[in-house]
Amino acid sequence: MKPKVLVLSGYGLNCEDETKYAFELAGGTGQIVHINDLIKNKNIINNFQIMAIPGGFAYGDDTGSGNAYGLKLRNHLWEDISKFILKDKLIIGICNGFQVLVNLGLVPALNKKYGERQVALLPNESARYITGWFDLKVENDTPWLTGIKKISLPIAHGEGKFFASDKILKQINNKNLIALKYDKVNPTGTIQNIAGITDESKKIFGLMPHPERAMFFTQLPNWTYIKEKYLRERKLLPKFGPGLQIFKNGVNYFK
Amino acid sequence: MINRIEIISRIPDTRAELKKNQLHHINKSIEEVFLVDVYTIKKNLKLDQLEQIASSLTNPVYQNFKINQPTLVKKFFWGIEIGFLPGVTDNIASTVKEIIKDQLKIEFTGDEGVFSSQLLLINGRLNEKQIEKIALGLINPLIQRVYYKSQENYLKDKGMNKVAPQVNLSSDNKVDIIDLNISDEELTKIGKSGIKNKDGSSRGPLALDLKYMKEIQKYFNKLGRNPSDIEIESIAQTWSEHCHHTIFADPVDEIKDGLFNHFIKRATVEIRKKKGKKDLCTSVFTDNSGGIKFDENYIISHKVETHNSPSALDPFGGAITGIIGVNRDTIGFNMGAKPISNYYGFCFADPNLKPTLFRDKEKEQPLLSPRRILDGVVAGVNSGGNCSGIPTPQGFLYFNNRYQGKPLVFVGTVGILPVKSSVIKRAKPGDYIVVIGGRVGQDGIHGATFSSEALSSGSPAGAVQIGDPITQKKLSDTVIKEARNLHLYNSITDNGAGGISCSVAEMAKESNGCLVNLEKVPLKYPGLEPWKIWISESQERMTLAVPKNKWRKFSELMISRDVEATIIGEFNDSNRCVVKYHKKIIMDIDMKFLHDGLPARPMKTKLIKSTFKKPFIPKQNNLNDVLLSMMKQLNIACFEFISKQYDHEVQANSVIKPLQGKGKVNGETSVVKPIFESSHAVAISQGLYPSYSEIDCYQMAAASIDTAVRNLVAAGVDIDKIYLLDNFCWCSSNDPQRLYQLKEAAQACYDFAKIYETPYISGKDSMFNDFKGYDEKGNPVKISVPPTLLISSIGIIEDVVKTISIDVKFPDDLVYILGETKEELGGSEYFALNKSIGNSIPKVQGQKNKKLYQSFYKAGQLQLISSAISITRGGLGVALVKTALAGKLGIEVTLNDLPGKVSRNDFALFSESQGRILVTINPKNKTMFEKIMKRSQFKQIGFVTSNQELIIKDFDKKTIVNLDLKNIEKNYKSTFKDF
Repeated sequence: MKPKVLVLSGYGLNCEDETKYAFELAGGTGQIVHINDLIKNKNIINNFQIMAIPGGFAYGDDTGSGNAYGLKLRNHLWEDISKFILKDKLIIGICNGFQVLVNLGLVPALNKKYGERQVALLPNESARYITGWFDLKVENDTPWLTGIKKISLPIAHGEGKFFASDKILKQINNKNLIALKYDKVNPTGTIQNIAGITDESKKIFGLMPHPERAMFFTQLPNWTYIKEKYLRERKLLPKFGPGLQIFKNGVNYFK
Repeated sequence: MINRIEIISRIPDTRAELKKNQLHHINKSIEEVFLVDVYTIKKNLKLDQLEQIASSLTNPVYQNFKINQPTLVKKFFWGIEIGFLPGVTDNIASTVKEIIKDQLKIEFTGDEGVFSSQLLLINGRLNEKQIEKIALGLINPLIQRVYYKSQENYLKDKGMNKVAPQVNLSSDNKVDIIDLNISDEELTKIGKSGIKNKDGSSRGPLALDLKYMKEIQKYFNKLGRNPSDIEIESIAQTWSEHCHHTIFADPVDEIKDGLFNHFIKRATVEIRKKKGKKDLCTSVFTDNSGGIKFDENYIISHKVETHNSPSALDPFGGAITGIIGVNRDTIGFNMGAKPISNYYGFCFADPNLKPTLFRDKEKEQPLLSPRRILDGVVAGVNSGGNCSGIPTPQGFLYFNNRYQGKPLVFVGTVGILPVKSSVIKRAKPGDYIVVIGGRVGQDGIHGATFSSEALSSGSPAGAVQIGDPITQKKLSDTVIKEARNLHLYNSITDNGAGGISCSVAEMAKESNGCLVNLEKVPLKYPGLEPWKIWISESQERMTLAVPKNKWRKFSELMISRDVEATIIGEFNDSNRCVVKYHKKIIMDIDMKFLHDGLPARPMKTKLIKSTFKKPFIPKQNNLNDVLLSMMKQLNIACFEFISKQYDHEVQANSVIKPLQGKGKVNGETSVVKPIFESSHAVAISQGLYPSYSEIDCYQMAAASIDTAVRNLVAAGVDIDKIYLLDNFCWCSSNDPQRLYQLKEAAQACYDFAKIYETPYISGKDSMFNDFKGYDEKGNPVKISVPPTLLISSIGIIEDVVKTISIDVKFPDDLVYILGETKEELGGSEYFALNKSIGNSIPKVQGQKNKKLYQSFYKAGQLQLISSAISITRGGLGVALVKTALAGKLGIEVTLNDLPGKVSRNDFALFSESQGRILVTINPKNKTMFEKIMKRSQFKQIGFVTSNQELIIKDFDKKTIVNLDLKNIEKNYKSTFKDF
């Protein structure tokens, strides 16, 4: 059976369609569920193996990105989410979803203190929204990143500068919870080039870049160049982009 | 009880740092700025409740809070607090209110509320006069309030004062009857400055001239009564230039059916007929957007609007309401299309220009500086687009100091709709009139009539609004992703200019009548007079026709998605538009008069032919410096600061991005692929040449069309699948000479659309972009924008893989120029660089170009083309630079024997002759490419090199340009480096 993926929506999240599509392209079945519908039918969460909080602008980032949506989840669904993470299930938070995970205290959740806010994602050093493709390197062994060492993905956010106290940062490093780092260029001034982290189980993964915006070949910033190159080398054009592997990894975890 | 929660960061705050830098600019003695987020809560709350609220607003990882106690920092001399004026949309406060309600399970009633503000604690030895200047410089007095306090008073008073900025309207909600049996002079006065209040002040412009006022007088005399204020206001909205496009509709000279019908619409009708089965149009001019077929399963919509007048007053608010307003033209297209791409175009004065103009004679209302307008507008579209999850790949910047009085802010949205959801929308008699989304306040009163007038000190401040993208996002998602597919309504339209007065009256045409109960309209605060409720342009609202038997389901859905939906009346077939307020009829006008009662005002044009001085530019042997200067020109330089801050990757539909190639160069065309399963893609671009207008508006329009078309062709679009949108932003359009220019431009719109067979699917005009004010000496001045025509183009690409980008790809590739280069530099960037205008503007050779574009498309389909860039502003020289920079490879070309005719090197490089494309190809494709292009003028002028140099040789093969790409890039990217 295909693993089922719950993709949250509502209140300004806006990447649910493409995130669901990416999971389906990777071999899963996706369902977009509005947070109010989930609050109304809490137990449907048990039907899913993967929960994805997609990117977006929940509550317009007011009071800090991810804060208000995180509060809503905390106020209404905390028990259900707590149970979900105790089982052998996966969670991914992309961009605004990562910001929600951080505020909800699902990552890094040092010492299994789920629910405690331990780190923060602050406004970028430039204090401006940044869109662009950046090279990243994989730093830990989360199942989400199996088989990937380096990857190029787009980012688009205003608040992606990772911050934690020295004490917390040390533990994150000791426990090897940094999953993704920017390679070469650090676009946001994020501490230690951090672009994504996991919890201690490595099954909850939050990242600022958008892998769903790199699932097809023609999404790549240099695809017209590669096309011309392949034409001359008489090679077949690829169909997919590197981001798809992350969704495949999520789905394959249950196969 | 007013409570105050203050939150400050324990670690260095980027936002505070930014403020410090900004203030340091104004006053060097400012050493440090601390930023405190303030939430004022007007409600009785216990301390533990307040603590709970404060905790949920504070991130414990790096922030601290204070409840009803002042924030203290190690060293500061002044506190400045900035908040909104009463009634101004406060999005942060709305979110905080939501959080409190959800967290504490409490409600806000009566005059309870939440208000957000920002406190700056400033460490800098400044006197009171200096701090006042800084404080006033931080705000826009039309929407914000500011207070400051010395450290001494701050400590003495235990912080800043607690203020809850609420709207207190003491109106008695009365409807006034307006006596129209008065002198023509008095009628004129009402029409110009509005209905008089009891205190003698005017309610604001109606933009109704005497002829219109007389017609209204006649109508009500026939009814045997005087009109109510709401009736006059309503007619003014519907008849406004903004809504009814009177300049474009009225007879001009021999053209009895008006410029729009005669030139724009007729072109479309004739082309569609000729194209027959190849015509992809599904909807032209009638709906909120224009529509074309995307593939078997989907329809694409496009609409471009302007939001000029509001952006002049409050650049951020004007721009954000502009972009999310045009999003609603997508949501309101057909039964609701999903926005898939935003589009922008900004025309400003030179941002380095210091403002010296005032709106009033007393010089108390200075115009905002061009830089401030630029920053605000750019930020407004950023917020509107990014928050809504709509990619914004395509746009342009254009500068001319005649945009100093009124900037032009073009905003557009492309949408997509499944064919199976497409129906002819029709409100039926008996359907409920339902408004969804935001509530109504004083904001945006007289926006429609205001934009039909020149900007002056009498311009209504109430016309300013701030957008709330999240409220709209909730509305949009619920309509497009759910309600539409459940068939819960019969019709939908946007509330834009004129608010519900226009949307309801417009939709009532479908059923032929309506009855509105105005007291049902949800308000932001009590005390609004009925006429204001009716015409308010409060944002984020749509009007729908919901069948009675579907209301319950519709209402439940909206509630579950946190979208407010209210029945405000019923559509009927009474032939009348009737409005009641608490059961009393306050408006009763027949539909025909309301919509078609305005009398035609035949207009006459007067020929204008300007001749400018022939520029004298000395010949130079080396053009290195000239080319570098060209790359720095405001209208040519890289504007990556915008491209990078507008999310163009969201929705995962990006194919050709705003910055192309390794070198990240701004292209003229963007491509999106909205449907994952389909190989089809949508390309969007534009053309505009305001600098040609005063020389010849006919050729200006022709060039705009040719460029808009060619930009798409160069990206690989079939000319047969290109569609156009027209946006006329004219000045003083009732001046016969301006009208002559308008007629000339409209004629060209007809002629060239016909040649290219590219129909217009939508358009919008804004006819009075003039500023009337005063200079530093108090002398009256009038600044009019140059006649500006934006032609936006949209095209369908069938196989996305055949899309062509501008960056050169490989060394040894051959460089070709397609099309003819002539001495056409009138109005060019090169002449502008030399402080001249000149006369010989490009003359478009439509037939020849069309042939070239068709051949080019064929070559593209055979994948013979490695890169292509449309030659536009700045000519061949600029195109060579951009294509090389984008590919990060050198180019070597010779100007010998260019097709066409030019006498000088600089003219060859910078002529803006239309119809040209610069192409690189794989040398192996040479024979085939040349064979396909043989019907057109073309020449191989050089080749791509593996070094990093641009080498240009002249007619005698002498080197006239030899520049390192790094150096060129530095210049190209220097102009907006610090923006």
